[in-house]
Amino acid sequence: MSNIILEIDNVQKSFGGLKALSDLNLKIEEGKVHAIIGPNGAGKSTMLNVCIGQLAPDSGTVTFNGENMIGKAPHEINQAGISRVFQTPQIFPDLSLLQNVMIPALAKREGAFKLNIFRSLSNETEVQDEACRILTDIGLIGQLHTHAGSLSRGDKRRLELAMCLVQHPKLLLLDEPTAGMSRHDTNKTIDLLMKIKEGGMTKIIIEHDMHVVFSVADHISVLAQGTIIASGTPDEIKGNPKVQEAYLGGAHL
Amino acid sequence: MMKAPTIKNDIFLMLIFSAVILSMPVWMEPLGASYPDLLQKFAIFGIFAVGYNILFGLTGYLSFGHAAFLGIGSYTAVWSFKLLTMNILPAIIFSVLMSGLFAMLIGFITLRRSGIYFSILTLAFAQMFYNLAYSVLTPITNGETGLQLARNDPRVIDRLFTEAGEGLPSTDFFGLAMSGYSGFYVCAGLLIIAFFISQRIFHSPFGIKLRAIKSNQTRMKYTGYNTRPYLLTAFVISGMYAGLAGGLMAATDPLAGAERMQWTASGEVVLMTILGGVGTLIGPLLGVGIIKYFENIFSALNEQALHQAYAFMPDWLANIMVAVTSPFVGEGWHLTLGALFVLIVVFLPGGIMEGISLIKKRFSKKSSKPAHLDKAPETGN
Repeated sequence: MSNIILEIDNVQKSFGGLKALSDLNLKIEEGKVHAIIGPNGAGKSTMLNVCIGQLAPDSGTVTFNGENMIGKAPHEINQAGISRVFQTPQIFPDLSLLQNVMIPALAKREGAFKLNIFRSLSNETEVQDEACRILTDIGLIGQLHTHAGSLSRGDKRRLELAMCLVQHPKLLLLDEPTAGMSRHDTNKTIDLLMKIKEGGMTKIIIEHDMHVVFSVADHISVLAQGTIIASGTPDEIKGNPKVQEAYLGGAHL
Repeated sequence: MMKAPTIKNDIFLMLIFSAVILSMPVWMEPLGASYPDLLQKFAIFGIFAVGYNILFGLTGYLSFGHAAFLGIGSYTAVWSFKLLTMNILPAIIFSVLMSGLFAMLIGFITLRRSGIYFSILTLAFAQMFYNLAYSVLTPITNGETGLQLARNDPRVIDRLFTEAGEGLPSTDFFGLAMSGYSGFYVCAGLLIIAFFISQRIFHSPFGIKLRAIKSNQTRMKYTGYNTRPYLLTAFVISGMYAGLAGGLMAATDPLAGAERMQWTASGEVVLMTILGGVGTLIGPLLGVGIIKYFENIFSALNEQALHQAYAFMPDWLANIMVAVTSPFVGEGWHLTLGALFVLIVVFLPGGIMEGISLIKKRFSKKSSKPAHLDKAPETGN
């Protein structure tokens, strides 16, 4: 068994009377694509929110690379090596695509704060080249100077993915990367995910589309009512009657 | 892969800008606005607006209390004239540092909130300073009378070189009088430096990060940036600009009164910035030009001047025209400005600069060439 890069240990989170996460335990192996599936309201997004510091859990710990992440600010968690693609794309709508990708690249290089007033952005050629490379990979190089806000929803998602990839995170969190996409765009995204899979980046992917899940995942965990009810390889999950009952209903497979 | 033409563009823009500012006494002449007092006001409010735009234009944080820094700068400068020397150099240095210090304190507290709450907090601070200046701070501010120079002020540095003369001394910049055209050129020189620094900020990685905060602060945080120090730095820089402007106001007219800190003064700079174009380099200066022009020229027009202007028309038509237009001039200049402001905000939310870029686009449509890699989309300059 390889290294555990992220370990979620006994995490609890309630919103008022609603238990979103209860006794959640999850170990993510380094270099693997780990899919989280489960019905709506199972706590999938809440789990990611806890991982990136958006929500503080009521109890339990999240350990990343041997370091406790609970209580850290979102930017510290990102600087530690976790990037996230959100369910609704979080980009900089008023900036160009190039700038959208340069900013995360600069964060990686310069850290959480740097006061470099007398340096010109157009002199950051290395960062620009890197951003252009990622945008080429992702297929948006033709719109380098377009306002990101004018992109289609699918392109916004891809742009956000580029913004995360340019940081070369140790762990990439993808929250429904194909939600609302056409079959054509979904297939394009699968190809893209397969392509970046080779880089050895660890990924957690939340997805409803079983076609996507079974195409890219090395490992699948099923979340229901805030806790993991099954975990295993795609084949094990497919054959697990408990999962079929709780979520898949058999018909999907 | 990419050569950067923007450096060259920036230098080119700076040269043109300097030429335009320094030649103001010449081209303002036909507009009837080339007298030194008004030109000084253009330059001083120009500095104020350029600095304000670094905060409001880049980060989107709408401060309603920047006049406080204007006042702090003025009081500091007058104290420097009273205690040290009539040379404006130490005065404006102290003004900038003092308002920077206050900006750090106020920013540290107010930047914990964003949106309307931030605006209200800054407004509250400014009004607090305004009222304190009339009450408990009277020993420092001299209350309603305002802080003035007196013959028996110590002026320790000046006393080292010369005896106290008869009457009140006047401010100078190493022998250059701060009144009249020389005063304008000193202010204009500082405006050019201030504009240059603002241009560097706009085109630096720091500036683009401020824009990103305006665009989507949540994404900035999850992209590994600690946004608070970025906002605080922008706040302090714009506070220092306001301090410089306040210091220069005192330098050109050594009297500091609390009315300079009233909320209307804070509102004025917001109007200027929006009128010209928020987040553009030149826009705020256009806003300053228009508002100060209206305030000083339109307000001075009277019916007689209108009759002269319509003298070429037949009498009956001239009388009608005077009747129609007279509410818009003289005391009524606010009406003209208000109408203009409403028209611009409704039809050109990006201010005058948006209008200019629309015109530019129309003309360049025929010769559309591929966008250059280094060109930012409508970041405005």
